[in-house]
Amino acid sequence: MDIGIVELSRLQFAMTALYHFLFVPLTLGLSVIVAIMETVYVMTDRPIWRQMTKFWGTLFGINFVLGVATGITMEFQFGMNWSYYSHYVGDIFGAPLAIEGLMAFFLEATFVGLFFFGWDRLSKRAHLIVAWLVAIGSNFSALWILIANGWMQNPVGAAFNPLTMRMEMTSFFDVMFNEVAQAKFVHTVSAGYVTASVFVLGVSAWYLLKGRHTDLARRSIAIAASFGLASALSVVVLGDESGYSVTLSQKMKLAAIEGMWETQPAPASFTLLGLPDQQARETHYAIHIPYAMGLIGTRSLTREIPGIADLVKQAEARIRSGIVAYNALMDYRANKGKVAPDVAATFEEHSKDLGFALLLKRYVDDPRQASDAQIALAANDTVPTVWPLFWAFRFMVALGFSFIALMVWFFWMSSFRNMRFPRVALRLAVILIPAPWIAAELGWFVAEFGRQPWTVDGVLPTALSASSLSVTDLAITLAGFVLFYSVLFVIEMGLMVKYIRKGPYIDVPETDRWQSNHRDRLTAPSPFGQQPAE
Amino acid sequence: MILFELVPFEILRVVWWVLLGVLLTGFALTDGFDLGVGALLPFVGRTDSERRVAINTIGPVWEGNQVWFILGGGAIFAAWPPLYAVSFSGFYLAMFAVLAALILRPVGFKYRSKRESAAWRNGWDWALFVGGAVPALIFGVAMGNVLQGVPFRFNDDLKIFYDGTFFGLLNPFALLTGVVSVAMLITHGAAWLQLKADGPVRDRARAIGSVAALVTVVTYVLAGLWLAKGISGYALVGQVISDGPSNPTFSETARTASWFAAFAERPWIAVAPIVGLLGSLLAFYGLRAGKDLMTMLYSKLAIIGIISSVGLTMFPYILPSSIDAKSSLTVWNASSSHQTLFVMLVAAVIFVPIILAYTAWVYKVLWGKVTEAEINRNHETVY
Repeated sequence: MDIGIVELSRLQFAMTALYHFLFVPLTLGLSVIVAIMETVYVMTDRPIWRQMTKFWGTLFGINFVLGVATGITMEFQFGMNWSYYSHYVGDIFGAPLAIEGLMAFFLEATFVGLFFFGWDRLSKRAHLIVAWLVAIGSNFSALWILIANGWMQNPVGAAFNPLTMRMEMTSFFDVMFNEVAQAKFVHTVSAGYVTASVFVLGVSAWYLLKGRHTDLARRSIAIAASFGLASALSVVVLGDESGYSVTLSQKMKLAAIEGMWETQPAPASFTLLGLPDQQARETHYAIHIPYAMGLIGTRSLTREIPGIADLVKQAEARIRSGIVAYNALMDYRANKGKVAPDVAATFEEHSKDLGFALLLKRYVDDPRQASDAQIALAANDTVPTVWPLFWAFRFMVALGFSFIALMVWFFWMSSFRNMRFPRVALRLAVILIPAPWIAAELGWFVAEFGRQPWTVDGVLPTALSASSLSVTDLAITLAGFVLFYSVLFVIEMGLMVKYIRKGPYIDVPETDRWQSNHRDRLTAPSPFGQQPAE
Repeated sequence: MILFELVPFEILRVVWWVLLGVLLTGFALTDGFDLGVGALLPFVGRTDSERRVAINTIGPVWEGNQVWFILGGGAIFAAWPPLYAVSFSGFYLAMFAVLAALILRPVGFKYRSKRESAAWRNGWDWALFVGGAVPALIFGVAMGNVLQGVPFRFNDDLKIFYDGTFFGLLNPFALLTGVVSVAMLITHGAAWLQLKADGPVRDRARAIGSVAALVTVVTYVLAGLWLAKGISGYALVGQVISDGPSNPTFSETARTASWFAAFAERPWIAVAPIVGLLGSLLAFYGLRAGKDLMTMLYSKLAIIGIISSVGLTMFPYILPSSIDAKSSLTVWNASSSHQTLFVMLVAAVIFVPIILAYTAWVYKVLWGKVTEAEINRNHETVY
C-alpha cells in the first residue's frame, strides 16, 4: 500500500468532513430554535414571532443547503477513496447510513421545501408541524451518522467472517445501542444547539448595538440564552459521559489526550497543561491536579487508567495473537473455507486480534514473516501523535466552559435584569460567534485523529483502508474540492451577511391588522419594558 | 431459532436486487424530472421570470426527490458493499463530476434569486443546467459501461484494483446509452413542466420534450441492437450456489456471445423494453397533444421500462468484470450478510410506506400550476 495515497485520502476526508461540519451544527440547532419560535407564534398569535421564524428560517435555509450538498460528498467518499474500508465493514457501517436516509433525510428534505413554500398553503398548525418535522429529521440524521461513527470507535456487535474476508454484523441491537454512539449523539447534538444559540445571540447583539430590529433581537436573545444555557450544560456533562465511555473502549485515545505516558497508581492525576514530548515519552512542565483524572475517567478511587507504555505492551501481545489468527485465515483461504475443526477453533479464539496483525502490513507483506523489530514498530504505531490531541482537547474544553459562562450571564440579564445589556457584553457576544464552530471542529479532530492508526478501532488499520487510486486522481479531486469549496464558502458567507444586514421582512398589513385587533393586549406592559411593535 | 433466518438468504438477495432497482427507478422518476428541468432551464425560459417559473415548479420538491439518490447510495453500501466499493472507486473521476454537479444544483436553487444582478442569476442558471445535464449523462454512460463489463479485479484479500481510465468510460456504446438517459430525463422534465408551468415555458417544454421523446425511442432501439449484436454477455459456470458466502472469488464466470440469451431463457422479460418504448411513444403523443397528467404517467412508464430492461437482462449479474471474469459481482456473491439484509428489509418495510405517504401529501399540498403572476407576487420568498 502506497502511504502517499493513504495520506492524501486522509487529507481529503478530513478537509471535506470538517467543511461539512461547518454547516451541520447550525442546521441541528437552528432548526430547533426556529421551530420553538414558530411554536410561540402559534401560541401567542403575535406577528413578531412569525417575522422571527421567517427571518431565522431564511438564514437556516442558506446554511442548510450547503450542509445537504457537502453531505453527499461524505456518503460518496467512503466508496471513492476508502473502498477497502467499504468492503471490509460495509456490512455493518452501511446499515445506519441507509437507515439515516430512510428515517431522517427523507423527513427533513421533504418538509424543508414545504417550510419555505407552504406559508400560504397550510394552516398555522400544519405549518408548525412541518417546522418540527424538519427539526426532528435533522436530529435523527445526527443519531444515525453517530451510530455509524460510534461503531468505528467501538466496534461492537460484529465479527470477522473468514469466508467473505470482512466484518459482518452479529447484533444490530448492539450496534444501535452502542454506548459510545449514544454519548456521542447527545454530545454532538447539544454542541449543535450551542452553536445555533451563540449564533442567534451574536447576531441579535449586533442588532442591539446598531439599534435595529430591537424587538426581534430581544426576543431572540431570550430564546437563545435559555436554550443555549441548557445545551451548554448538556455538552459538558455529556462530553464527560463520552470521556467515560472512551475510558472503557479506547484507552489509547484517552491516554494520548491526557499525555499519560505511564500508568499511575489510582486515582490518577489530571494534567492541566504541559508540553507533551513523543520521543522522550514525557510531558514537560506539567501542571497536575491530583486525583482528578481517576475520578473523571473511572468514577472510582481504585481503578487504574493504563498509560501509553503499558498499552503499547498490550498491543504487542495482541499483534502476536493476531498473527495466529492470520495464519488460520490463510488456511481458510487455501481451502476455500473448508478447514479442520481445530483451525476453526484457533481462528475463533484469536480473530478479535486479527486487526493488530494487519498493522504489520505496513512493514511486511505476510504478517507471519514479521521480525520482532517489526512487531515492536507496529506496536508503537498504535500511539497517535500526542501533542495535537493534548492541545486540541484543552482548547475545546475551555471553549465549552466559556459558553456556559456566556449563556448564564445572558440568561440572568434577560430574565432578571430587564435586558439592560452593557455594550461591551454585546460586543463580546458578536466576537464569540465563530467560537462554537472552532470547538466543534476541534472535537472532531480529537475524536478522529485520536482514533489513529485505525479506521475502525482495533479492527482495520487506516493504512489498509484506502482505494488503489493514483496520485493524479487524488490531486485532481483534492484541487477540485479546495477550489469548489472555497468559492462556495465565500458565496455562502456573502449571502449570510447580506441577509443579516437586510434584517427581517416585515409584513406591514398583517402587523397592522393584528394591532387593531388586540388594542387591549398592547396597552398592557410589555415584558421587555417597551412597546412590542416597531 | 434466530429471527432473520425466517427469510432464506437467497430470497433476501433477490428482494434486495429488486429494491436496488426500485431505488434507482424511484430516483429517476422523482429527481429525474428535476434533472430534466435543470437541463431544459436555459432553453424554456428566456426572461428572468420565465426561468423562475421553471425553477419554482421543482423548488419545493427537488430536495426530497434528491434523497432517492442519497438513499440509493446508502442502500448500495448497506446491501451490496462490494458493488458500492468497486463502482465508487472505479468510476472515481466520473463520480467526482457527479458530485460536483449535485453540489452545484442545491446551491443554485437556493442562491440564484437571492441577488438581483442579472449576471449572478444567469451564471446560476447555467450551473443548474450543468447540475441537471451532467448527472443525467454520466448515469447513462455508467449503465453502458456496466453492460460491457468494467475493468476491475479482486486480489485474495478482496482488495479492488481498477485498470481503466476516465476517458475509457466515454466509449461509443456508453455515449449512446448516455444519450438515451439524457433524452429520457429531458422528456420527463418536459412532461413535468407541461403539468406544472404555464404560458411560454410550457409551450417550449412541450416542443423540446416531444423531440427528446423521439430521440429516446431511436437511441434506445439502436443501443438494443448494438447490445444484441456487438457486445458479449456473461454467464455463471458450474453449479450456482445462491445462498453461499458473499465472496466473488468463489464463483466462476464465462463470457457468452450476447446478453440477449436472457430473452431466450426468460421470455417474459421482453415486457420491460416494450413498456419502455411504448411509454416513450405515448409521452411523445402526450406532449404533442398537451395532455398534462397522462404524459407524466407515460413518461414514468418509459423510465420504469428502460431501467428495468437493463437489470432484467443482466440478472444475476450486477457488475461484470471485463478483465477478470471471476471477479464479476452477481446477486449471489456480492450482498451483505443474511442478518444485515434482513435488518435493512425490516427498516425498508417500516419506512418506505411512511415516506411515500408524506411525499404524496406534500405533492398534494403543492398541487397546481406555477404562474409568473404568483412568482412576481412572492418574489421575496420563492426561488
